[in-house]
Amino acid sequence: MLKTYHYPKFKYERPAEAGTNRLKHARAVVVGAGPVGMAAAIDLAQQGVPVLLLDDDDTVSIGSRGVCYAKRALEILDRLGVGDAVVDKGVSWNVGRSFFRDREVYNFNLVPEADQKRPGMVNLQQYYLEEFLVARCRELPNIEMRWKNRVISVNPGDEDVRLKVETPDGYYVAAADWLVVADGAKSPIRKMLNLEIDGKIFMDRFLIADVVMKADFPAERWFWFDPPFHPNQSALLHKQADNVWRIDFQLGWTADPEEEKKPEKVIPRIQAMLGDEREFELEWVSVYTFQCRRMAAFRHGRVLFVGDAAHQVSPFGARGANSGIQDTDNLAWKLKLVMDGRAPESLLDSYSAERTCAADENLLNSTRSTDFITPKSRASRTFRNAVLGMAGKHAFARVLVNSGRLSVPACLAESPLNTPDAEAFAGRMAPGMPMDDAPISIGGRPGWLLDRVGGQFTLLRFADDAAGDTYAELADDPIPVRTLTLTPAADPKGVAAHRYDARPGTAYLIRPDQHVAARWRAPTVAAVRAAVARATCNA
Amino acid sequence: MPLNLAPNFHAAGKRYLNAYSPGDDFYEMLLDAHRDLSDEQSELMNARLILLLANHIGDLDVLREALAAAREDV
Ligand SMILES: Cc1cc2nc3c(=O)[nH]c(=O)nc-3n(C[C@H](O)[C@H](O)[C@H](O)COP(=O)(O)OP(=O)(O)OC[C@H]3O[C@@H](n4cnc5c(N)ncnc54)[C@H](O)[C@@H]3O)c2cc1C
Repeated sequence: MLKTYHYPKFKYERPAEAGTNRLKHARAVVVGAGPVGMAAAIDLAQQGVPVLLLDDDDTVSIGSRGVCYAKRALEILDRLGVGDAVVDKGVSWNVGRSFFRDREVYNFNLVPEADQKRPGMVNLQQYYLEEFLVARCRELPNIEMRWKNRVISVNPGDEDVRLKVETPDGYYVAAADWLVVADGAKSPIRKMLNLEIDGKIFMDRFLIADVVMKADFPAERWFWFDPPFHPNQSALLHKQADNVWRIDFQLGWTADPEEEKKPEKVIPRIQAMLGDEREFELEWVSVYTFQCRRMAAFRHGRVLFVGDAAHQVSPFGARGANSGIQDTDNLAWKLKLVMDGRAPESLLDSYSAERTCAADENLLNSTRSTDFITPKSRASRTFRNAVLGMAGKHAFARVLVNSGRLSVPACLAESPLNTPDAEAFAGRMAPGMPMDDAPISIGGRPGWLLDRVGGQFTLLRFADDAAGDTYAELADDPIPVRTLTLTPAADPKGVAAHRYDARPGTAYLIRPDQHVAARWRAPTVAAVRAAVARATCNA
Repeated sequence: MPLNLAPNFHAAGKRYLNAYSPGDDFYEMLLDAHRDLSDEQSELMNARLILLLANHIGDLDVLREALAAAREDV
């Protein structure tokens, strides 16, 4: 039991089918009520798909796991209805300091980018994120959550996927039109289907401890390379909600996890790190190892893998839950279109193609951070220490210091769903990019661009006045496209026009997941339709 | 031209969305080049690399500055 947090216990209810031969039919089954499974369920439910959500447990994530949620994940959580809860409870931080031995060599200030609703990063214990997601799931009448329902076998067929589910009241079989697998890094379902996941284990161990600090301590991220209190290893200190601080100690591969977890071993380490006089209480201690790997494909017929089940990265750079939530953002609208017969199944292959690409980017960045933090040879240690030794003095060395690169979304530049530019554009918002936010004012009320798009295709149109919208008929297409017109009055600071390099007539086709699909200076209705067809594999 | 101490890694025709990416690209190339070498081999490779780069730079004033900056605090 933690001192600052009480784990909720969700009520198991006997499923009507348990212990009977009755089949439970479901259009979509999501297995795993971790952050990623719940994001998938909420997204699908918000699009009108009834979801059966199964989890073998009856509470939230135990202990200290995910901490940092990055801007793109927060924007998606906004669309799912929990963004405010996460940001309000979470801790915002801007300053990060890196120490080498006994000196500070580098610090950065992630000054929140002006004119965006969400900050670059918020720190929050994973159990809070999950608690908020559970509450949101409960608000949605078309999500049926079944706790203590463990999937024990899977039988994929052409028409549906059969799942055998174990409950405290016996077994039942569910028949799912589509199965979303979010059962975590060990993914029992991946194993049941004999699917491989390739990559490597890092030969290192990390001790993580949550402590409640009595005294004030700045809300900053501190990272130590080779500190006097923990020679030859690294250490990290991060603030979470409720005055709980997360501490990570690199231990090395040969450390004995059971020995290291003992309070008599942990407490002196932390005392040495914080300085003796500071008072703290230990909340949680565990030792973990990590892997960097992914499945070759995230789609296997009617079975779709998301989150840790599909890919795992080292925690440096906080890309686990952040990228899993982006998986579901990419998948949900595609699955909905395929279920409705409005797009071919090949659209689901684009989920796999786009998100394996994103996973590779995450693996690359987190592997690089790991190689910097834990050098594997004498030569690489010498380079690392040389960089750190010069970072205090020389700007070029500072950018090479890699204690984890902030999780940023994949830009999907190579995706076949994009319509390539035919006209010249400046700025970042190329086809494939997730949209940049901007402050806007619609009907005189201030708001945010990202809050006005998503969930369906949108034509973001820049015009001198709202009249003369020739695109309104697109709203009645089989795959409807809503128009959002930004006039100079709606974009009072001109931020949107600048970020989107817009002139009167410029229009962006935005996917339901807020990625840019196409852009033009003055498209015809036919051009927009062609881009929608391309973005949905209907071309 | 004095010794450039500002971040300077880049690749022709490539745009980077993140300022750290070209530096990280280089750092990975550097570690990859050393992969599976013994410590002695790595040392030799580093020496050869310095000679190659020094010749490429050529300008003795720049090299003198770089040598001094490298030697500082060692
Ligand atoms: C030390 C550490 C630090 C981290 N820091 C960060 C961070 O700062 N930022 C970040 O984004 N990520 C971080 N992560 C990663 C993050 O915790 C994971 O990426 C995230 O939990 C993955 O979510 P998931 O929903 O895919 O899987 P999980 O959270 O593992 O959820 C899987 C769920 O499936 C259920 N389940 C499993 N098998 C079955 C079955 N057969 N039947 C029914 N249910 C089943 C489980 O009970 C569980 O609820 C960190 C991880 C660790 C270990």
